[in-house]
Amino acid sequence: MELMSGLARWIHLLAGITWIGLLYYFNLVQMAALKDAAADGTAAGITKHVAPRALLWFRWAAVVTWLAGAALLGAGFMDAFMLRNGMEAIGIGAWLGTIMLINVWHFIWPNQKKILGIVPATDDQKAKARRVAMLASRTNMMLSIPMLFFMANGLSHRAALGF
Amino acid sequence: MKNPLESVTGTIISGLILTVVLVFFLKNFLVTGV
Repeated sequence: MELMSGLARWIHLLAGITWIGLLYYFNLVQMAALKDAAADGTAAGITKHVAPRALLWFRWAAVVTWLAGAALLGAGFMDAFMLRNGMEAIGIGAWLGTIMLINVWHFIWPNQKKILGIVPATDDQKAKARRVAMLASRTNMMLSIPMLFFMANGLSHRAALGF
Repeated sequence: MKNPLESVTGTIISGLILTVVLVFFLKNFLVTGV
């Protein structure tokens, strides 16, 4: 049981770093780079070769992170999501991570498929998709800040929470 | 008012405020008396 928990924690961290690292890459690097690249006509290098690969790792890392996190919670899964029995703080982190996962698969990826031409879309639909994907990505960046706080401090290292 | 998520700075500040709000919620409504 201890071994499984250790493996789940390891995988949760590996996949989580991949997921959130790429989320920060999109928000801190790619969005600004695309704006500049569009101005000098070089955006295709990013949209054709970088973004699809980054999105592939991004969305599947999100799934692996959630599954490994669920395995790590184990018998405490329900207590965490019901915010009870000492699992309140980690439960807030789990809820934030879950909302972020839904955001990835329900808003970011379907809209990115339109933007990148993976599915057909008119120019109007692409413009709308760009706006929705940007706001969903920014929402996830915002949620990642409390999510990481509660992941880091919610279960075994509670000094920052005072209990 | 401009949407704070339009900028990276606004996004980070929003995340920090949300963290404080959730800690307050946790300590006052979920684990009271500790």
